Amino acid sequence: MDALLAYTVTGIFTGAAYAIAASGLVLTYSTTRVFNVAHGALGMLMAFVFWDFSVRQGLPSWLAFVLVVFVVAPLIGVFVQRVLARGLGEAPVGVGLVVTVGIFVGVIGLAQQIWPPAARPLNQFFNQSGTHIGSLFVTWHQILTIALSGVVAVGLYFLLTRTRVGASMRASVDNPELLQLYGGRPDVVAALAWAIGTSLAALAGILLAPIVGLDYYSLTLLVINAYAAAMLGKLKNLPLTFVGAMGLGLIQAYAVGYLPSDAAFSGLRAVVPTLFLFAVIVLMPQAQLRIGQVKGIVSAPVASLGRSVSFGGVLVFAVAVAVVFLSNSNILLLGTAATYAIVMLSLVLLTGYGGHVSLAQFSFAGVGALAYAKLDSPNLLGLLLAAVIAAFIGALVALPVLRLTGLYLALSTLAFGQLMDKLVFQDSHAFGFNGTLTAGRLSVLGIRFTDTGSYVVLMSIFFVLVAILLLALRRGQLGRVLVAMRDSQAGCATLGLDVRWLRVGLFAASAGIAGFAGALFAGLRGTIGAQDFQFFSSLLLVLVAVVWGVTSVTGAALGGMFLMLLPVLQSDNPSIAGLAFAVVGFGAVALGRDSNGLANRLFVIGRFLRDQAFEVVRSMPDLRGDQDLDAEPDLASDEREVTDHAAAASH
Amino acid sequence: MPPLLRIENVVVQFGGVTAVNNASFSVEPGRITGLIGPNGAGKTTCFNVISGLQKPTQGRVEFLGHNVTHTAVHRRARRGIGRTFQRLEAFGSLNVRDNVRVAMDIRGGFRGALRRTTQDADLLLERVGILDYADDAADSIPTGTARLLELARALACEPKLLLLDEPSSGLDETETEIFGELLRELASEGTAILMVEHDMDLVMNVCHEIHVLDFGSIIASGTPAEVRANPVVQKAYLGYSDDATTELEPVKP
Repeated sequence: MDALLAYTVTGIFTGAAYAIAASGLVLTYSTTRVFNVAHGALGMLMAFVFWDFSVRQGLPSWLAFVLVVFVVAPLIGVFVQRVLARGLGEAPVGVGLVVTVGIFVGVIGLAQQIWPPAARPLNQFFNQSGTHIGSLFVTWHQILTIALSGVVAVGLYFLLTRTRVGASMRASVDNPELLQLYGGRPDVVAALAWAIGTSLAALAGILLAPIVGLDYYSLTLLVINAYAAAMLGKLKNLPLTFVGAMGLGLIQAYAVGYLPSDAAFSGLRAVVPTLFLFAVIVLMPQAQLRIGQVKGIVSAPVASLGRSVSFGGVLVFAVAVAVVFLSNSNILLLGTAATYAIVMLSLVLLTGYGGHVSLAQFSFAGVGALAYAKLDSPNLLGLLLAAVIAAFIGALVALPVLRLTGLYLALSTLAFGQLMDKLVFQDSHAFGFNGTLTAGRLSVLGIRFTDTGSYVVLMSIFFVLVAILLLALRRGQLGRVLVAMRDSQAGCATLGLDVRWLRVGLFAASAGIAGFAGALFAGLRGTIGAQDFQFFSSLLLVLVAVVWGVTSVTGAALGGMFLMLLPVLQSDNPSIAGLAFAVVGFGAVALGRDSNGLANRLFVIGRFLRDQAFEVVRSMPDLRGDQDLDAEPDLASDEREVTDHAAAASH
Repeated sequence: MPPLLRIENVVVQFGGVTAVNNASFSVEPGRITGLIGPNGAGKTTCFNVISGLQKPTQGRVEFLGHNVTHTAVHRRARRGIGRTFQRLEAFGSLNVRDNVRVAMDIRGGFRGALRRTTQDADLLLERVGILDYADDAADSIPTGTARLLELARALACEPKLLLLDEPSSGLDETETEIFGELLRELASEGTAILMVEHDMDLVMNVCHEIHVLDFGSIIASGTPAEVRANPVVQKAYLGYSDDATTELEPVKP
């Protein structure tokens, strides 16, 4: 009985902290339609600032607390809303996700840079002292947390029901345009929501840091627990969010207390929030289709078959030459880059063409690698089977969110990545805890590519084949429909397209490509483990893909190289390891609104250089007549630009 | 013989606001029905209910004698409900021709991969009069043209019922006249047309029947002449229809 009471108190404490974090998430999402993936990261950052104020600089705890929660956090919240997340509410869901994932990774990088890894003990408030309730010892810190969650609940209730700005907030949940029409001020509402939201993230971070430790990742990933709770209220309903948070806290506490303590269940405890999340998703009612077209997307050029084949040939030739000169370790790096590039192709299909975001592509690569190693038939059949298995798992992830919007698909991939990280990959039937599996080099039609150099050339050939396949698909009927679905779901549905099943198919195909890459990677490395497919890498992958251009296969190739170089750069210069993450993160924030990325800018430069070359060739006065074309209206010249981009596209 | 479309006692509430209040009417094949009323009267919400993008709080939608109140959007489309949007839903990054081809691809269920859809698409573009724009990105064409594109796209699916949401806004006088002719032609081929429209001349000229919505309720129904003569309608809507500024706010009767 005492044990039950103890677990209940722990559960209510955890639930209270989740409730504080989750209500901040709900407030920002419901008022601005931006789902802030970085909510937990901001809470983590604020917990570090609190540590800095109270421990490093020696301010009294209460003063540090007041400064962080009421000054620093709101200011940062307003900054994020005004500068980084501006206009994301009207942008496609995918853009909002990429930008906030960018903030997520950027903030982690920033925290690592400012406060390099070290032990930073943080005491509970009131120094672990507490009081006895019956026979049970409860710390004042726990009581404070539970009380504060009550204060937050009551405070939000009064704000939303008894104040004018609160009424505006509620109105903007229902219909932001109507709010504007009736004289509400959406910008003030948005800024206030983000200020309060970030304060609540800070509060939760500070209250949880002494318990879970001042760690970059575990505090950040609390956002998953928070939104699992918030989903019970469809990310909009605060009372249900509190219920969800308390329920989750209690389930987690009881899981710790009452699940058998052998190894098989230790992973299960870690993924209780994820399972809770999937359960809520399955029970959620059907969502209505998002009305509203996505505007202003300029498609990246799509190269013709001839061009893609010839550029592909050049790429393979370049790799073949490179492996002759490179050292063995560098050849391995090149193969890693090829792996990443193929995984990025999976995002070109899903995100670039289809407009959906997956935050777990490396988990699918891991599934492919695992299947390849377990199948132990290193030939084309084994490779394809590994891809099919990954595609099947992808479909399983996409199916529960069939009835929901794209945001939920992305959120469930985040949860899926966690699940694979903490439970599946470490299972003894998979890689095992800190374990590895061996995988053989691939043999194609009886030829075994045992030499690393030739294997990497083979990988580059596979990259080119997948790229050519994607481009062919993009030029065809299906590609057209995919782009149409990205531009307007409502438009597609009213023409008779079942966008939900097309999305499942698209997602499965993308997971299949990632799995294919993972299987090739397993063959390249020979031994693979869970650490090769970490969930955090999937976030970096999305960001790097968007920075380099997620709409073109060129972007995938360049992004693959970059993602391979990133850890190399970090291990060579450990002092700026955090900064490198921050650059990638905030780079994606800056470039995330244009998914064509840097690759497209290269096409423009390429075209410019070619035009310059033409200028030199036709400097003869007689040929100047062609210049009359410039006198045409803007529209026509824009159009020419697009065709010229297509001509400049390279692979 | 049931009507092609019947909506019965439809109510839609957003939070505390009632957007559609107990609306009932029906639409017959080969006839053009107008749905008019001040902004915010619930016309577009009605369209969303009929096409399935909005679940009604109460009420019933029947199409071809079947209850489709809970049928998914794409299934209704396949049964023959096509529509255009007041706030455009064109596929902006595709060109105009490909917008129509996508509709044909979807209509053909991808089986006709080798079918030459280009010519069919161009025929439709010519019919609505925007063939000149065929190669332009849908994002870059004028609003009026984009509305015609949405019409062409909807026609590609050969709908039995066509919902047009303010199709003529963005068209000049001559273009509107040609557009009216096109509507009559479509109706004479048997297509039922339900149209939300602010251009009263067009509505009065082409519609066989008109329903007037105000604050979510149907306040009058009848032929154009009857509706024009109705004092309630004059007070609620028609009297102000020339004044653009008052249109922004619903006028209380």
